[in-house]
Amino acid sequence: MSAKRDWTRWAVHPAVGFTLVFFFLPLMIMVTVSFWQRIYGKLEATWSIANYAKFFGADYLRDSLLNSLEVTLITTFLSVLLAYPLAWILAYRVPPKWQKVLLILAVLPFWTAYVVRSYSWLLVISENGIINATLMAIGIIQEPLELAYGRSATILGFVHFFTMLLTLTIYANLVQIKPSYQKAASDLGANRFQVFFHVTLPLSIPGVAVGAFITFVIAIGDFITPQILGGSTEVLVPQAIMLQVSRAANFPMAAVMSLTLTVVVVIVYLMVQKHLKMDRI
Amino acid sequence: MSNTIKAAPAAQSPEFLTPSPVTRRTFLGYTAATTATLLGVKPAIAADELNVLVWCDHADDKLIEPFEAAHNVRINVKTYEGTGTALSLIEQSRPGDWDVLVVDAPDAPTVARRGILAPLDDGDFPLGDLFSPLTSAGFNYVDGTRYAVPEKFGYYGVAYNKEKVDPADMRSAQVMWNDAYKGRIAVYDYYFPTMQLIAISMGIAPDKIGMDDLPTIREKLLAMKPNIKIIGDIVSVQNALVNGDVDLILNGAEFVVSGLMPTIPALDWTIFDEGGLMWIQGIGVFESSNKKDLAKKFVQYILSPDGQGRLATSECYWAMPANSQAVLDDSQKKILRWDEQAGFLDRSVPSTISQPDIDSAMLDIWTEFLQS
Repeated sequence: MSAKRDWTRWAVHPAVGFTLVFFFLPLMIMVTVSFWQRIYGKLEATWSIANYAKFFGADYLRDSLLNSLEVTLITTFLSVLLAYPLAWILAYRVPPKWQKVLLILAVLPFWTAYVVRSYSWLLVISENGIINATLMAIGIIQEPLELAYGRSATILGFVHFFTMLLTLTIYANLVQIKPSYQKAASDLGANRFQVFFHVTLPLSIPGVAVGAFITFVIAIGDFITPQILGGSTEVLVPQAIMLQVSRAANFPMAAVMSLTLTVVVVIVYLMVQKHLKMDRI
Repeated sequence: MSNTIKAAPAAQSPEFLTPSPVTRRTFLGYTAATTATLLGVKPAIAADELNVLVWCDHADDKLIEPFEAAHNVRINVKTYEGTGTALSLIEQSRPGDWDVLVVDAPDAPTVARRGILAPLDDGDFPLGDLFSPLTSAGFNYVDGTRYAVPEKFGYYGVAYNKEKVDPADMRSAQVMWNDAYKGRIAVYDYYFPTMQLIAISMGIAPDKIGMDDLPTIREKLLAMKPNIKIIGDIVSVQNALVNGDVDLILNGAEFVVSGLMPTIPALDWTIFDEGGLMWIQGIGVFESSNKKDLAKKFVQYILSPDGQGRLATSECYWAMPANSQAVLDDSQKKILRWDEQAGFLDRSVPSTISQPDIDSAMLDIWTEFLQS
């Protein structure tokens, strides 16, 4: 027994080693580099907080963080709002034999390349796209609506993707809730809304929390969707990072921005960690 | 700047030409290879390999297959974007891994000073046939030694849908602030050429931009924002133009639309009357290459009239061949505005990277512009 325990203890070492080498070490390097400076085209190993001061002091850079937070929070909220009813219908209103088919349909967007999916949205929402062409053909509008290249287009692309992801995590949680709980509540006189709000919803919070957290983490670090659908008419932090890396090779400033995102994600994690129960999804 | 377009080959004075490195044997070789390519004949198992680190226009089969067949060699193509990426790839490679490098020509001296490029002999290349502003630019030599040869170039100007705009408006840099195009302009997301175009509109030579000029340039840049619908990479702005979301692309020219023009004739491009900016790509041989002779032959092929015609109309993007004798048909010449090159070159200057402090300040202004 003790030999078995020893073996399992050693079995975690590769994972710990991997994390140390490929996460902790790069993180430490990034922290160090964030204090360096790029002066006259060269990196200088200084210990200066100038990059932090610039990022949080310059409106146009600080706004990128605010934009990222706004877009990500709106995306997460809308995705939950759309995904929950979909998952609930799948779990409770669709016969079990059809649930698998519908789940496959739900994950179909994941099978398309991310970049292709973003460009496909442009074909739908551009001035000559399907939506404008249809609305103009049936006479609802005379001039095309400006749907592409802005924050709403970015959020649309995000919500399309993350609604599917959240549907999966919420559905997985909902089907684990024992029907006897809801039945007991009904037997005790609760109507359907009371059963939902006092039994089903609280018990499904872990599924919502895990999906929402994953949505937040992926969306706040995403570069492709805001770049393609947003049209760079406003800058989010990942775009600001890319500008610093690809145009100026200013890795210290890019490190500051990346670390800021990491800190934001850690704060959000601490806020929702009590609801993050992976065994419930 | 003088008119640098050469006359047609038959009328060309031989004293202006450097002896062509294309011998009768290599000419026959390329002819045979081209025929084999057209017939779909693949070379037998190649006796040798050449590793080329290049821009995507060199990955076109129609460009590399004739050379492969003529020399019984396999070309291994690795494409990249941005000199920084190339340097990073080279640093991660072993000496001898690479044979040929294509690089932003103004960056060639920096790359050469790192010992990456091998010295080249001017006599090996048809420099007399190349458009002279390309060969006379300062980046051609480092301490009197050549390390790269200009092979292709283009302009930062304007690309447009001529059914949606007045082509006469496109000739003026004032189109950037023209109310008629409010919300109808896409900008190719490259900060310093855009700001250099603004400088040109203000009568400031791009290479003379100083820190004192930046506040005014910033003001003009921010004033342009109401006209801008999208700022994006080449594919994004192409999409916006083709989908009808915008009517013109600022900071783009032949490299954005020429490849699309055979199928979408409404597209066109030009440069501003006030002046144009050129981008130039150069080709060189790696100092650490173990196949320098073969690599040099590849460079010679790329610079040959046949190679230049193929490179100019490469699948990835079209642009101007550096060699004035490039083999292009009439429709290709029309798309590339071949007849206007004299005037275009006359009023254009290379878009070179500014001093690091100005470059950094420009990027800050650009980020502010994106955020505004």
